[in-house]
Amino acid sequence: MQAYANPQRFLTFARKLTPWTWGAAATALIIGLYLALVAAPPDYQQGDAARIMYVHVPAAWMAMFVYGSMAMASAVAFIWKHPLADVAAKASAPIGAVFTALALVTGMLWGQPMWGTWWVWDARLTSVLILFFLYLGYIVLWSAIEEPTRAARAARILALVGAINLPIIKFSVDWWNTLHQTASVFRTDGPTMPASMLTPLLTMGLAYTLLYVALLFVRMRAEIASRRLRTIRLGLEAIPA
Amino acid sequence: MNTFRAILWHDVMMGLRSSGGAALSAAFFALIVFLTPFGLGPESATLKSIAPGLFWIAALLATLLGLERVIQPDTEDGTLDLLRLSPLPMELVVLAKIVAHWITSGLIISLLAPFLGPMLNLDVAALPVLMFSLFIGTIGLSAIGAAAAALGASVQRGGIVLAILVLPLNIPFLIFGASAVANVQANTDPSQPLMFLAACTLIALVVGPIAAAAALRLNEE
Repeated sequence: MQAYANPQRFLTFARKLTPWTWGAAATALIIGLYLALVAAPPDYQQGDAARIMYVHVPAAWMAMFVYGSMAMASAVAFIWKHPLADVAAKASAPIGAVFTALALVTGMLWGQPMWGTWWVWDARLTSVLILFFLYLGYIVLWSAIEEPTRAARAARILALVGAINLPIIKFSVDWWNTLHQTASVFRTDGPTMPASMLTPLLTMGLAYTLLYVALLFVRMRAEIASRRLRTIRLGLEAIPA
Repeated sequence: MNTFRAILWHDVMMGLRSSGGAALSAAFFALIVFLTPFGLGPESATLKSIAPGLFWIAALLATLLGLERVIQPDTEDGTLDLLRLSPLPMELVVLAKIVAHWITSGLIISLLAPFLGPMLNLDVAALPVLMFSLFIGTIGLSAIGAAAAALGASVQRGGIVLAILVLPLNIPFLIFGASAVANVQANTDPSQPLMFLAACTLIALVVGPIAAAAALRLNEE
């Protein structure tokens, strides 16, 4: 990994890999959507509405996964001062925020026919909503400080403080109220879901992850390019006319 | 220890004497409480049931007020550079500032709250728990707030940014603080949420100073 801490080497590597990740993401998404929307059986109670799960659950996984990678990247940036780790964390935040919003919106669309209401102040919904606000705070901090290196330093600490607080918030909200069904895939006694539903779900999970990687490459390349542009512009301004 | 006491004393005095200080956050806290009946109607049953949560929301907002004065003035007038040179570790400098902020906001609020409680028809039996929960919870609010203040010290007009950074992190305090008070009104034992509240405060007192000190050190490079 150390070798790719060099932005130039990373750029060459990312430029080659970007089309492949896009291709893999698109393929997984097409297969996953076919399995989820056509091949999978409708739920015996919920009918076809249960298919929302295939776009909802992976989005919620990604909401947490992206925050996790953001916090990891921030920790790496904090400890080893890798400039690319900051770029990765910054690039992840809007993607994670969108996945979180997607999880919330699809959850609301599912909740209306199933629970009879768009929104309930249930523990999981609430903690995902708080996660969304943590993403927003992180993005706001980046945009509030103009100079990238200073913004990066502040954002690292915020991401880490958020990561420490996240389990506490999760716990307190769980303690406060619970209505959402408990986990049915990641359990110690194995998934409680039939394979006909589990396969499309996991395929969609893979597709979302690949999509995240593809978007991350694009955003990181854009960020590096815009920083170079900024350096060039500052250099030009420094030259007396 | 002398340095610690000096910073604490200086910040408390600044908080009490400056115009945007302790008096303002106490007045703001009281105002939120006074405004509620106008928005929700004067029925005493409604007010009674929302009072625990309302006091805690008011506390969350009122402790935000003084945060800009915790770090910002010191970065502007160069005090921070002198503090960096002092033998006291940055974590303890921040801890002194947290305690000072708490004395000029949380402590005053928790002393004020029992007098405002009856205005929202809060049970008299719940008043000591309201006061105690605010007393232990607001220290944690100040600790998290100080970390955010250190992060936002380099931000122009950072007030609203501070609120967005701090409020989501403060939700556990709101949940446990409000439910401790609500438990007393429902005749159940408030000790469990109070212990969780104390745990949140202790964690915040560890994380807050470390994060704030790290933020201040990074800005000096």
